[in-house]
Amino acid sequence: MAILTKEEAQAILKKALSYSKAEECEVSLQGNEGGNIRYARNAVSTAGDISTMSLGISSTFAKKTGTATINEFDDASLEKVVRRSEELAQLAPANPEYVSLEGPKTFKDSKTYNATTAAVNPDIRAEAVLKSLNVAKEAKLEAAGFLENTNSFRAIMNSKGLFAYNKDTDVSFSVTTRNQAGTGSGYAEQSYNDVSKLDTLLLTKIAAGKANGSAGARAIEPGKYTVILEPLAVSGMLSYMFNGFDARSAEEGRNFMSKKGGGTRLNEQLFGENINIYSDPFHPDLPGNTWNGDGLPQERTQWVEKGMVKKLAYSRYWAQQKNVQPQPSARSMILEGGNSSLEDLIKSTEKGILVTRLWYIRMVDPQTVLLTGLTRDGTFYIENGKIAFPVKNFRFNESPIIMLNNVEAMGKPQRSENMMVPPMKIRDFTFSSLSDAV
Amino acid sequence: MKRSDFLYLSGMSAGALMLPNLDAFARHIDPIEALDGMDVKLKKALADVALNTARSKGASYADIRIGRYLNQFVATRENRVQGVANTESFGVGIRVIADGCWGFASSNLVTKEDIARTAERAVAVAKANSKIQGSPVQLAPQKGLGEVSWKSPIERNAFEVPVKEKVELLLQTNGIAMAGGASFINSAIFAVNEQKYFASTDGSYIDQDVHRIYPQFNITKIDRASGKFDTIKSSSTPMGMSYDYLEPRAESKVNGIVTRYKDHYDILADVKEVTAKVDEKMKAKSVEPGKYDVVLDPSHLWLTIHESVGHPTELDRVLGYEANYAGTSFLSVDRLNSKKFNFGNKNVNIVADKLQKNSLGAVGYDDEGVPCKKWDLIKEGILVNFQATRDQAHMIGLDESQGCSYAQSWADVQFQRMPNVSLQPGKDKMSVDDMIKNVEKGIYIIGDGSFSIDQQRYNFQFGGQMFYEIKDGKIAGMLRDVAYQSNTQEFWNACGGVCDESDYRLGGAFNDGKGQPSQSNAVSHGSSTARFNGVNVINTARKI
Repeated sequence: MAILTKEEAQAILKKALSYSKAEECEVSLQGNEGGNIRYARNAVSTAGDISTMSLGISSTFAKKTGTATINEFDDASLEKVVRRSEELAQLAPANPEYVSLEGPKTFKDSKTYNATTAAVNPDIRAEAVLKSLNVAKEAKLEAAGFLENTNSFRAIMNSKGLFAYNKDTDVSFSVTTRNQAGTGSGYAEQSYNDVSKLDTLLLTKIAAGKANGSAGARAIEPGKYTVILEPLAVSGMLSYMFNGFDARSAEEGRNFMSKKGGGTRLNEQLFGENINIYSDPFHPDLPGNTWNGDGLPQERTQWVEKGMVKKLAYSRYWAQQKNVQPQPSARSMILEGGNSSLEDLIKSTEKGILVTRLWYIRMVDPQTVLLTGLTRDGTFYIENGKIAFPVKNFRFNESPIIMLNNVEAMGKPQRSENMMVPPMKIRDFTFSSLSDAV
Repeated sequence: MKRSDFLYLSGMSAGALMLPNLDAFARHIDPIEALDGMDVKLKKALADVALNTARSKGASYADIRIGRYLNQFVATRENRVQGVANTESFGVGIRVIADGCWGFASSNLVTKEDIARTAERAVAVAKANSKIQGSPVQLAPQKGLGEVSWKSPIERNAFEVPVKEKVELLLQTNGIAMAGGASFINSAIFAVNEQKYFASTDGSYIDQDVHRIYPQFNITKIDRASGKFDTIKSSSTPMGMSYDYLEPRAESKVNGIVTRYKDHYDILADVKEVTAKVDEKMKAKSVEPGKYDVVLDPSHLWLTIHESVGHPTELDRVLGYEANYAGTSFLSVDRLNSKKFNFGNKNVNIVADKLQKNSLGAVGYDDEGVPCKKWDLIKEGILVNFQATRDQAHMIGLDESQGCSYAQSWADVQFQRMPNVSLQPGKDKMSVDDMIKNVEKGIYIIGDGSFSIDQQRYNFQFGGQMFYEIKDGKIAGMLRDVAYQSNTQEFWNACGGVCDESDYRLGGAFNDGKGQPSQSNAVSHGSSTARFNGVNVINTARKI
C-alpha cells in the first residue's frame, strides 16, 4: 500500500531520524498510486497503473549535506539509508548557501484530499472514457483523449522537531475531437481534486462543438487584434511570467522585475490597474498544500495589487542575506476577474478574435517576457458581438506584461491547468503570421 | 496538466538544482554502488515469472523491462557547488496484450511475488480496456533473439570519475567566465546510465547498458546602468557518450568565427571564447526585419530538423495517436504512398538512424526487442518513409518494425519515439567559407535558442545563440533580436546547399517530450552547415 496514514508516516520518519548522528537531519516520505487511460482514433491506445513509495533523507555536518533515498522500509534499510546520507555529506563540498532547518510549526489542514477520487480504478476510468467516445461517435468525429488520476501523500520531519503530513488527490481529463476531413479540431480539458465534478460527456460536447464550428476556417491577415482569450489561453501566457517573481534573480539584474540602475520593480505600475493576482491554498476550486518542502507555511499571498507587483519570493538563503522573512515561491496563482461570462465578452466586441487555447508557447526574450506560440483547436472571428466565422490559426509574438496592460474586460475565473484565471478581452494582441495547422 | 511539448534543459539560472527528467521517486545512491549491475541470470528468472504469469492470466503477448536508471547531476554557479545528486531508479514495467488490447503496469518492487502481482495488474488493465477497444492490436513479427546484449561504446564511464574531478572542472570553467567579465555563470554535468533488461514471450532476452552525457554552462552578463541582460550558452551538446566527451581532441575542433566541437568537447576553451562573445552580443546591432538567406550551423540546425522533420515523420502523429497532446502531422499515409510528395528540394536527404556512433538514439535493440537499423525518410526531397513500432508497421504496409519503441523508464509504457534524424552532407566539396562567400544579404546563425512550431508542423519560429550579418559574401559583425519564421515545406524547398561531410556534426537534446503522461526521449540530429534562401526574419526586441 503506497498511501500511508499520518500516524504510519510519522512512525517511519521517527524511526529513520532515530538513527541520525548528523548535526541536522531532515527526512521526507512520499507515496503515489494512480492510473491513466489514453485513447485515440476512437479507441484505447495505452493505459497504465503505477504504485510507488520512497523515503529521502538529508544529513548535514558543517554545511556539508548528503542526500540519499530508498524504497524499502524495514529497520535495517532505514538505518542503511541514514548512514549512506551521512557518508555522502562527508564527501560533499560545503555549501555556503546552507540555512539551518526550520523548527516545529503547526500547519493548517489542507483541502487537497477527496476519498471518491482516491477510489478511482481502471473500470471507472474506462467508463468515463466510454462516455467521451460515444459523444464523438455520435457527432461523427474522431476523439483522442487522456484521463489520469493520482492519490498521493507526502510527509516531512526534521531533527529540530518539525513534522508535516498531507494527502492529495487529483484527476485530469483532456479531449481533442477532429472531423474526418481534418479541417476542424476542438479541445477541452479540466482538472479537479474531486472526481465527482468531472463530466467527460460535457467536456467532449464542448470539444465537439469547437471541432464542428472550426471547420472551413478562413485566412485573415496577421496583425494587432482585440482578442478574447479563453482561460486555457490565459494560463498559457501567464505561466511564463511568474518565474520572474523571484527576489534573487530580480535583484541580481536578470529578470523582467530587475530595475534599471539596480533594485527591483516592486510597487511600480507594471500592469493595468484592473490586475490583481494572489495565491491561496484554501481556495475551494484550487486547493493546495499548506506547507512547502522547506517546512514553511503556505498562506494566502497577494502578489499583484491594482497592477503593482507587491511581493517577490525569497528563498530561505536569500531572505537571510537580505534580512527579511522567507516567502515561498508563487504557485497556483489566481487572477481575479469580473462577473461577465464568455458570451458577454463576445457580445461586447465589435471586431475581434476568440482564442480557445495557445500551443507551443516559448520564451523568446526573458528581458521582456516576449513569448511566441500558436492558436489551436478553435479560433474564431467576432463581428458585431457574434462569432462570425472560424479563422486559420495564427502565430503570436506577445508579452504577458504588455498584455496585462491592455485588458478591457474579464469574466469569472475558473481552474485552468494549475491556476484560476478568467476569460479575458485584450486589445492590440500581436499575431505575426498564419499557420496552416488544424 | 503540463503542455510542454519539448522538455528542454535550459535557463539553468532558474533552478539549476531541479533535476530535469529524473524520476521523482528516484533513489539517491553512492556512485560506487551504481557500478554493480544485476546478474543477468537473476534478471532472466524474474522476467520469466512475469511472462509466465501474464500468459497464465490470459495474455497473448507479454514483455517486461527490468530497468536500473542511474543519473548524476553536478551543478555549480560562480565559485560554489549548488548540488551533487546521484540517483538510482529501479523497478519493472510489464506490458501485455489480453483480449486484443494493451495493458501496462509498473512497480518498484522486484521480487518474484511482486512481479507476478504486477503482471496480473497489467492483464487486468488490458481486460478493463478491451470493453472499449476498437480493432485488436496487430504486432509485426519479431523472431526471438535468445540471450543477447549491447553496450554504448564508451571510453571513460562518468560514474567512475570522482565527483571532485567534475566539481573542479566546472569551478575552473566558472572562474574563466568570471575573470572574462561574466556577471554570472551556471554550469553542470549531467550523466545518465540506463541499464535495461528486456524479455518478451517471443523468446528474446536482451541486456543493454546505455550511456549519455551533457556538460553545459550558461553565461549571463548584466548592464546595470541600462537594466539590460543577455546570455549565451555553451557550444556543447548532449551526446550518447560518457566522460570521454569531455576529453578535448584537436581533430574534434571546427574552426571558424566561433570554435565548435564534434565528438570531443573542450569546455575550458569554449568558456573563454563564449564569455567574450556575450559582450559583443549585448552591443550588437538590432536586426532589420525582412528576407534574408540564412546560413545555419549544425549547432542550430539540429533543432530545426528535430521540429520540422523528426516530428512530422513520426507515424503515431501521422495516424492521430498524438492528436490530444503533441499534435498530428501535415504528412499523411497518402502523401507517402504517392511517392512524389515534395518535402524539400534535391539538396534534402534525410535519414533515420538508430546505429550512429556517439548519438543519443543509438542502442542495439529498441524497447520492444527489435534490432536497430538505418533508413531513408526524405530522398532527394521526396518523402519515402516514416518511423514505426511493431503495432504500427502494418498500417504503412511494412512487414517489420523500424525499431522506434522507447520508454523513459521502467515505470512508463514504451511507445513510438523519434530515432536520430539527420540531414545528409552535400556530395560536392563545400566549406562554410565557400557557402558564405556567395551570400549577398544573409544571417549566419550559431547555436539553438527559442523554438516553437504548430501542432501539424507547418509554421515555425526559431531564435539562436549568436547571429552574424552577412553582407556581400563577408561577415559584417554581430546582430541581436533575431528570429526567423517559415513553413516546413517552403523552408526545405529553399535549401540552397549543404556543406560537405568535413563539417558534419551532431546536436541533440535529452528531453524531447511526447505522450500522455509525458515522457522524455534523448535524440541526436546531425548535419553540415546549410543555407536556406529568402527566409523571413523578425525583430524580437520589445519595450515593457
